[in-house]
Amino acid sequence: MVDGVLATLIKSFVLVNILMVFFAFMTWVERKLIGRFQARFGPNRVGPYGLLQPIADLGKMLQKENMIPAGAKPKLYLMAPWIAMACALGAFGLMPFGNVATIPGTDYTFHLYIADTSVSLLVVAAIGSLGFYGLMIGGWASSSKYALLGGMRAIAQLVSYEVAFTLAVIGVIIQAGSLSFVTISNAQDNLWYVIPQILGFLVFFVAAVAESNRPPFDLTEADGEVVAGYHTEYGGMRYAMFAAAEFVNAITLSALGAVLFFGGPSGPYLPGPIWMLIKIGGFLFVLIWIRATLPRVRFDQLMKLGWKVLLPVATLNLLLTAAIVVYR
Amino acid sequence: MAATEEPRVWPQMDVLQPTPSELWPSSDNPDLLEINIGPNHPSTHGVLRVVTTLDGEVVVGLKCEVGYVHTGIEKNIEQKTYWKAIPYVPRMDYLSFFSGETAFCMATEKALELEVPRRAEWIRVLFQELARVHSHLVFLGTGSVDLGGIALLFYCFRARDEVLDLFEMACGARMHPRYCQVGGVAEDLPKGFDRRCREVIAFMRDQFDQYDELIGANPIWLQRTKGIGILTPEFAIKMGMTGPNLRASGVPYDLRSANGGYGAYRELGYTPVVEQGGDVHARFRVRIEEMRASIDLIEQVLDGLPEGPTITDDRKVALPPRHELHTSMESLIHHFKLVTEGFEVPAGEVYAPIESARGEFGFHLIADGGAKPWRVRLRSPSLVLLQSFAKLCEGVYLADLIAILASIDPVLGDVDR
Repeated sequence: MVDGVLATLIKSFVLVNILMVFFAFMTWVERKLIGRFQARFGPNRVGPYGLLQPIADLGKMLQKENMIPAGAKPKLYLMAPWIAMACALGAFGLMPFGNVATIPGTDYTFHLYIADTSVSLLVVAAIGSLGFYGLMIGGWASSSKYALLGGMRAIAQLVSYEVAFTLAVIGVIIQAGSLSFVTISNAQDNLWYVIPQILGFLVFFVAAVAESNRPPFDLTEADGEVVAGYHTEYGGMRYAMFAAAEFVNAITLSALGAVLFFGGPSGPYLPGPIWMLIKIGGFLFVLIWIRATLPRVRFDQLMKLGWKVLLPVATLNLLLTAAIVVYR
Repeated sequence: MAATEEPRVWPQMDVLQPTPSELWPSSDNPDLLEINIGPNHPSTHGVLRVVTTLDGEVVVGLKCEVGYVHTGIEKNIEQKTYWKAIPYVPRMDYLSFFSGETAFCMATEKALELEVPRRAEWIRVLFQELARVHSHLVFLGTGSVDLGGIALLFYCFRARDEVLDLFEMACGARMHPRYCQVGGVAEDLPKGFDRRCREVIAFMRDQFDQYDELIGANPIWLQRTKGIGILTPEFAIKMGMTGPNLRASGVPYDLRSANGGYGAYRELGYTPVVEQGGDVHARFRVRIEEMRASIDLIEQVLDGLPEGPTITDDRKVALPPRHELHTSMESLIHHFKLVTEGFEVPAGEVYAPIESARGEFGFHLIADGGAKPWRVRLRSPSLVLLQSFAKLCEGVYLADLIAILASIDPVLGDVDR
């Protein structure tokens, strides 16, 4: 179900802008929260409570020189941030913020999502994996050994977690009987899937943290080991695009978690988009909390966790769900 | 210089190279990747260059390059009178700065055969322990960042600031205080120091419990540190390692208690903190426990601090009290001679080691009877620690290499001098 081309374009424009503003605001929230977790203040110089800090950072990034390191492959080097950014934004288009809304004063109705396909979940998983090409290409094309190591780690991380991630959400798909986000979130009106699918949720959460490259799984940019990983050689806006892509990825995965396990935009009293934002915010808070506290896992331990713990648990969850659905 | 009657005969030993050891990749695998960790890298804690050869993520070759911050401090000291050399010393091991000052003063006192007042000895212990806590706090914070846990850095640096405040209170400077003086300490403790110090003690105890919970009960932390970079006691002794790294391998050797200790440690009595295992985890644990022991020692010193002068009354060595300068011609002359010429140390050769935060920190001083030392040689613990680094990193992952480097805690100013 989609609206007309023009309406979709307008909605996409609005969504991307809201998303970028939300991202900028969330970077402020993250720095502020981490500051508080670590017994300091966080940004508090630019604007009231440091609220304009993201704008100041943007201004700084824009003024940086655009340079391409010697030995880099220029085309690929320039392309990589765009791939990461486009994939991060693209996946968000499928997130539902409610069902149908009417513009007040008219009888023009539109959907509170950009597209709802019958394979939404697969599309999100596919686009999410494509985003790793940005990391890999960026790491390889910038002709730095640290970046290469970071890019290598990104791929290893992807293959370890993608399987468990997909298996964990299949439980939800079986229970809802659909791959469409709207159908899945509508099916949770009585009971959020986090309760029957608790195993699946735990696997999903760990895999999502790994997939969004957040600590403690931020091996691709482990500053103690590979300096800044795949984006070591990037500066200015290109670096900012990588950072934005990573954070938007985290927002997308939070939205996915909210839709699959916490009823998406449904909730009492408040309108759908607000509920969606609250749920996304909850996920992001936990991610920031984890980042402020936990040390980083080692490369091989990450693989071990993915293959030896998450995959069996996800498989078990899948089999149990399937058995219950069939024999009920 | 006292001449020895017979040429010394060194016992036959398995002597290792006195340079940081190296690890060479055994095969001629073409897929090896050589990367520079440092001299400009987030986790080398100073200017250390570790040329690492990686097979995938596994370390197969390693070579430490030191000397980036070599400033010839030993030679600089030889150009200065004993008096003026003291401020150079804490710049080497800049984390346990007070230990350096004390070691140099102790060596000079040994050469002078000078008696130090009892109160001064106790105050020295107090500040040596504070410096040790300072050093271990920085170790814990930066080590935790190397393992990816960023929060502990800020907690540790907040606590470290309290220690530096105490130094500031006693002598005006936060780091590199030049508080220790040949013959005692420069000034008595200020008013209110005792109360402030006890507040810090209570704060520290609470903090250490929090650090313990943050890293001791964290499965990711344990996974990252247990069984990594195991240092056997035999190897550690063979390499000449001292300090917390040696004690983490289960060897209860601590100069504060070995051979009866030195200074006021003789009176205070100290039992070394020992951990078993010799891995990264044990090295972190031993330092947390040692901070607890240091805090206990500080409290013990505050409780039993003897009364009396804080510096020797030998006017040939220590400055006369300020008020005497207005009334006594002799004092004025002493003051003038001390400041312009310094004092003369009788010819001889001494070695005075102390237990700094990273191990045996000793000055070998050869005096020729003048006001300047003829030769100063420092036995610095950090260089010795780096010698075993390559061996510890054999076949570990890149992330472990960083953890091991953090856990053996070398200070590059101390390595290079």
